[in-house]
Amino acid sequence: MAPILEINNLFKSYGSTEILKDINVAIEQGDFLVLVGPSGCGKSTLLNCIAGLEPITGGQMSIGGQDMTNVSPKDRDIAMVFQSYALYPTMTVAKNITFGMKVRGIDQATQDKKLAYVAQQLQIEPLLNRKPGQLSGGQRQRVAMGRALVRDPKLFLFDEPLSNLDAKLRVEMRTEIKALHQRLGASMVYVTHDQIEAMTLATKIVVMKGGVIQQIGTPAEIYNRPANLFVADFMGSPAMNLIPAKTRANGSGTQVEITREGADPIVLVDSKNTDLPEDVIIGVRPEDIADAATNGAAASQQADCVIDIVEPAGADTFAVMQLGGKHVTARLHSETTATAGTPQRLAFDLGKVSYFSPDSGLRLN
Amino acid sequence: MADTHYVPPSSGSKTNKIILRTILYVLLGVFALFYLMPLFVMITTSLKSLDEIRTGDLISLPRDVTLDAWRTAWSGACTGIQCEGMRPYFWNSVLIAVPAVMISTLIGAMNGYVVAQWQFRGANIFFSLMLFGCFIPFQVVLLPMARVLGIMGIAGTIPGLIFVHVIYGLGFTTLFFRNYYVSIPSELTKAAKVDGAGFFRIFWSIFLPLSLPIIVVAVIWQFTQIWNDFLFGVSFSQAGTQPVTVALNNIVNSTTGVKEYNVDMAAAIIAALPTLFVYVVAGKYFVRGLTAGSVKG
Repeated sequence: MAPILEINNLFKSYGSTEILKDINVAIEQGDFLVLVGPSGCGKSTLLNCIAGLEPITGGQMSIGGQDMTNVSPKDRDIAMVFQSYALYPTMTVAKNITFGMKVRGIDQATQDKKLAYVAQQLQIEPLLNRKPGQLSGGQRQRVAMGRALVRDPKLFLFDEPLSNLDAKLRVEMRTEIKALHQRLGASMVYVTHDQIEAMTLATKIVVMKGGVIQQIGTPAEIYNRPANLFVADFMGSPAMNLIPAKTRANGSGTQVEITREGADPIVLVDSKNTDLPEDVIIGVRPEDIADAATNGAAASQQADCVIDIVEPAGADTFAVMQLGGKHVTARLHSETTATAGTPQRLAFDLGKVSYFSPDSGLRLN
Repeated sequence: MADTHYVPPSSGSKTNKIILRTILYVLLGVFALFYLMPLFVMITTSLKSLDEIRTGDLISLPRDVTLDAWRTAWSGACTGIQCEGMRPYFWNSVLIAVPAVMISTLIGAMNGYVVAQWQFRGANIFFSLMLFGCFIPFQVVLLPMARVLGIMGIAGTIPGLIFVHVIYGLGFTTLFFRNYYVSIPSELTKAAKVDGAGFFRIFWSIFLPLSLPIIVVAVIWQFTQIWNDFLFGVSFSQAGTQPVTVALNNIVNSTTGVKEYNVDMAAAIIAALPTLFVYVVAGKYFVRGLTAGSVKG
């Protein structure tokens, strides 16, 4: 089957400013694609291009196997949820939801049936006769989703739909969107700057920066095998530790040496990766640095590190230290004995380690 | 150095406050009386007979209230050689003002919608030029406009005057609506586009219903301008199509013999009533915040 959305060599520029450069993405029916990146990376522009609200400067795009490059938004069989909800302020909730069907001349009986179904799905039946001004943020969000759902389109587009909600509601709605996606099996494209939202919702993530795609992959691929330093730093909280190190061939593996001030270098052995250049940046997730006492790792992977800061966060405790001239965060158990200013024996797990070139920033292993 | 600490009001400052308040209200009352004086004189004079005006005091109340002057002003006063009063001219003004206000408001709304929400190449230059039109003095356009009206074959007619007022009002109405629509998030237009609505549908179903406050502003502004206009009225009309302002001038200036002040006053009030009426009726629709809730909140 043809991909539900396929974008080939898409370019977008305003005058001489290039906003999007050579974008290539394809998703299958039922995929949940998340476009993530810092503000100004072009992710919202890309979504608007997919919707047809912004003309593209070059390339080609198809939805459901049909070429949509120059088709107007109303004929693309898409529905969109906006950051500001964009509910029609003078219409009731019911009219907001049925407006699209009314414009398309769908008969009243079908409209009523679909409205009732969507209202029931989103539990907004009691709100149908209210105006958007009388709703809370979460309720408006639901209505905006209802307006999209009722269309039953090939493709749903979400433009940072949760960023106007408070933290608690955001997590609730995130779960609801995920449940909705699973229930409907619909194809969705979702824009966010929040990497946690991206990780939790996506079946496929596109990480963007400066109008260029940095990496496309499943959440696990993006998290475990970031393609470059930018992705490694952007995805994950706390961020991946990126430490300058020297490598040396050591039998069948590699010996990694991390310098530190006022103490001997830490020497670790990576038995899986070989043929690395001498100078690398080694990427280790905070959860791969643990208390040696509770971890039971091989002695060769352990080192005493002086902890600078201890940050208890409930379930975990984060310990910050200086390695290779960088702040390095370890995710320890909440019962850890680590205290600021004293050395702590830590175990380094290099099973999921990433190596990056200090010059190009690209992944080496 | 200024002391930024909050000083709690003492009993001394409370009496001060009362004194200040009293002075304020007295002053306001005096000014109100001062400004209302001309209206008072107009109304009382219009209700007096000519004899009483000649013998009495300018600011005294009428001894015998009579509506004769109003009757004459409305249907009998002479403007030059015709003696039909203000009535036919009043209707001319209505026939000019009502369509001109409606057309210029509607087109202004459409213009504002386009300039604010459908950014096209040169939209800003277009808008700047429209804005420039607001500042062109009436006198400058008199001759070119006379020529245009002649070419169009509507010189000296009521449609001609409607045309002039619509053209001249467009700059202002476009400005009003553009500034109002610019504050409406463009996501609303995008959402409607995705919903399948076209240019006019979005305007009609989404923007116009939002526009009541600014429509009221535009209508009040345009109606006042057009109803009170004298220069275009006197320049581009002929016998039979003159608006009420021109008629008022003729009544006041072309009387021979005794000057009928009571009739002049009544005629002036008649000419001014509709604008007053529009303010009173439409003023209460100056409601703000109708868009509240369309976007976050």
